Amino acid sequence: MKHARVACHGAIHDAVEENGVLKLADGRLVNFDDVIWLPPINPGTIFALGLNYADHANEISFNAPEEPLVFLKGPNTLIGHNGVTRRPANVEMMHYECELVVVIGKKARNVKREDAYDYVSGYTIANDYAIRDYLENYYRPNLAVKNRDTLTPIGPWFVEKHDIKDPMNLKLYTYVNGELKQEGSTKDMIFDIPFLIEYLSSFMTLNENDLILTGTPKGTVNVVEGDEVVVEIEGIGSLQNTIVGDKEFAR
Amino acid sequence: MLYHAKARFSSTTGLEDIYIGPSHIEWKGEKLTEDAFTWQSPVLGTVYGTLLNFREQVDALKGEFKKPPYQNEPVRPILYIKPRNTINAHLKEVAIPKGVEEVEINATLGVVIGKTATNVKEADAFDYVDGYTIVNDVTVPHTSFYRPAIKQKARDGYCPIGPWIVQKDNVPSPDNLMIWTFKNDELISVNSTKDLVRSIPRLIQDVTNYMTLAKGDLLLVGVPHNPPTAKAGDTIRIEIDHIGSLENRFVLENVQVAGGEKA
Repeated sequence: MKHARVACHGAIHDAVEENGVLKLADGRLVNFDDVIWLPPINPGTIFALGLNYADHANEISFNAPEEPLVFLKGPNTLIGHNGVTRRPANVEMMHYECELVVVIGKKARNVKREDAYDYVSGYTIANDYAIRDYLENYYRPNLAVKNRDTLTPIGPWFVEKHDIKDPMNLKLYTYVNGELKQEGSTKDMIFDIPFLIEYLSSFMTLNENDLILTGTPKGTVNVVEGDEVVVEIEGIGSLQNTIVGDKEFAR
Repeated sequence: MLYHAKARFSSTTGLEDIYIGPSHIEWKGEKLTEDAFTWQSPVLGTVYGTLLNFREQVDALKGEFKKPPYQNEPVRPILYIKPRNTINAHLKEVAIPKGVEEVEINATLGVVIGKTATNVKEADAFDYVDGYTIVNDVTVPHTSFYRPAIKQKARDGYCPIGPWIVQKDNVPSPDNLMIWTFKNDELISVNSTKDLVRSIPRLIQDVTNYMTLAKGDLLLVGVPHNPPTAKAGDTIRIEIDHIGSLENRFVLENVQVAGGEKA
């Protein structure tokens, strides 16, 4: 089943997808276009992976890492489906990153890879934008690149684990203004989902609703103000957002 | 003289008003000692730490900044996140994992954000501060700052916070506070917030220029150069002028589970 969190009728609602409309928990049916989409999960710790597809690592001229390159993100950076992302004036390289997101379902510590999926509740999609102009070589990728407000659209759906037969074999696509720009498959991850859960839980406790953004394949290109960006993952959904300039933020 | 603070106990929900005296704590009209409480972290928001914000650390690394892998001096505040599994409290234990001899004790001041702070100007920064607390940013020693230090900084219980939040009006000059670290009652390290590269208001300005801090978030002002270390069996106490003292005992990992709570 596909779950969403939306704002409509003056409140925030949990909803599920039913025959192409949203069914709120109180029974009301609402069209997709008549709601504000919120991040589908109220997140705990947000983990993200850098360089987790060999082809993308080559693209930005890095050797594939021997150990996962993990960084953390704050809740300020998340926005829902159909939201807008700010591109500051005078930056030269801001790119999208279509990523499969793993949602942790319960407390996980010292989990072995063969048991890893027991600790997953489901999946969603993130577009983990980066503004490369702000890269500094300290705790890289530093927060100024990755943790700016609005830089991580997520959703629209939280899809339950048992609805996705093989999360390690899903097609990923990114479209900019309707044109296909990025294409890949989760089967090309360097560190797969069971590995990541085993790795992280070997030195820290994962908790319910922690998120793991699993990295992006090659095909990341610059986007500019006015661009409409859609990231899509087979079986999970299609996450749309629009790039806006400083003016909307009075900056 | 009593000063007002806010604390969170395992027996209560939300923050409680307490009044700190020289040898006792007043809570709901009763005079108690600190061991009468089960302290929880007074902070529940996101905890952001700041790297390279003590002058001594920056001066010591000056020769490295122009070399690989760094290439350039840091420009913006370099932040990191202490995630929720790291949050720990006063008088709780901190675990040292197998294969690690000792851990760094990074005594620092935590600035508690009082309201949504976006693109704040230095001159207005204190309007966005609720108060201050003490933090021990426990870290497995590492020499490179090139990649995020998740394995070193994000272990369970590696961020003792507390014991309480002192409201900002009780802290006359937050940019001139002494931070004292004691190991088994012996003074081993002294720092002062007057030695910050970015003062507290400047740090709030430069951080909120690129990201929003929310009410209840905690901004750590910086970690000291060459921090002292602790081994299993040590008790660490960090004192900060006008705020109080935060104490934790270090144990081997196998006697402790997540978040500093005993199994």
